[in-house]
Amino acid sequence: MNQDPLLAGLAALSADAPSGLLDRIAARWVRVPSPLGEVSVASTDQGIAFLRWNEDPGAGDGFAAEFRARFGRPLLPGDRPPAGLLPALRAGKVSGLRLDLRELSDFQREVLTTAQRIPRGEVRPYGWIARQIGRPGAVRAVGTALARNPVPLLVPCHRVIRSDGVVGDYVFGGEAKERLLREEGVDLDGLRRMAGENVFYLASDTTGIVCFPTCHNARRITPRHRHGFRSVAQAESEGYRACRTCRPGEVAA
Amino acid sequence: MNRLDCLDPVRKALLDDVDGGFAELYGTYRGLVFSTALRLSGRWADAEDLTAEAFLRAYRAVAGYDRARIAALQPRPWLMTILMNVWRNCVRSRVRHPPPDLLEEPVDAVDTGEGVEAAAERRETGGELADLLRLLPEDQRAAVVLRHVVDLPVSEVATVLGLPQGTVKSHVSRGLKRLREMAR
Repeated sequence: MNQDPLLAGLAALSADAPSGLLDRIAARWVRVPSPLGEVSVASTDQGIAFLRWNEDPGAGDGFAAEFRARFGRPLLPGDRPPAGLLPALRAGKVSGLRLDLRELSDFQREVLTTAQRIPRGEVRPYGWIARQIGRPGAVRAVGTALARNPVPLLVPCHRVIRSDGVVGDYVFGGEAKERLLREEGVDLDGLRRMAGENVFYLASDTTGIVCFPTCHNARRITPRHRHGFRSVAQAESEGYRACRTCRPGEVAA
Repeated sequence: MNRLDCLDPVRKALLDDVDGGFAELYGTYRGLVFSTALRLSGRWADAEDLTAEAFLRAYRAVAGYDRARIAALQPRPWLMTILMNVWRNCVRSRVRHPPPDLLEEPVDAVDTGEGVEAAAERRETGGELADLLRLLPEDQRAAVVLRHVVDLPVSEVATVLGLPQGTVKSHVSRGLKRLREMAR
């Protein structure tokens, strides 16, 4: 037994780690249902960081290994899904959902937050994102950033497609992308038909506004008042103005 | 490696699975790492940062080790060596880029991370002694904290600090002597 008061005092200075500290270090993972089927989701104390489809045909080493390679953070089983995740996956209600996008570059983060603004049932071309973030020449880089989206479905990168109506690449493969868009009610066949006729924008002669074809304002135009355009500039030269909701503007080439 | 070493539960868990092993590592050593970080840095918030960073680095390191390396791992001195490196880097960058508010901050401010009860208890049981520890030169403080706050054997303190055992003993005894003088 140590009688030295100094040594006893020093020994009494040890303390246990605060209970919340582990959550600053490790992420938690859960399995939850989604429109594609079961997904695995990892979240940190900052928000949801990673989502992968369990039946992804192109999946690599498995969720934990992929998370480790990408985040370098321990991954422990979670006891319940993070707040807001289930409604976000079930009904697409993502407002207020906390995402942890710290691992991304500023450019990637901007691309994803822009994609987040695309409403359910609508699509935008890659060039629209590039223009929205002030980098009209960076269309390819936008595609790469979307392909690396750590949280597909929650950031709806599947709503960014080629302007000719071809769905293009997707984290979980083009087939899954097409399925998601059709389930959301996107008329892909209509878009492709219009693209075949060089129509990429729809305008209404009652409102004088030109939109992306999937914009909810465009979908309300009755056939009698609907006019198709190849470019926004062409529509503007005929007196239409760009929709302030879908903001078609000039899309980078 | 003797037979007892093979049964180290942390190492066994790390061999099974790096994430489950991490949970075991954290559960076993969180108090040790946090206590050391708290008494080295003297601040609750810094101790949390140092602890989080040390465990994260340990995880990243062990995720890259092969089985042979994990099988030979001595988890406690390995982890504490990582903590000491994190602490030294932190001290070094503080010296180079001191936070602007360092001088205005009251030395004995109760950090927000610490509950009122815990703070009260700390004051009663050793608030003064904790403050005195911070006045020791870094090498003496490190030796005293590792040897007498978290009770590591001298041989392990020597491993963790990368010093000969004789040097560790002399740091410890000089540190204790100084604490006694200051406490008077």
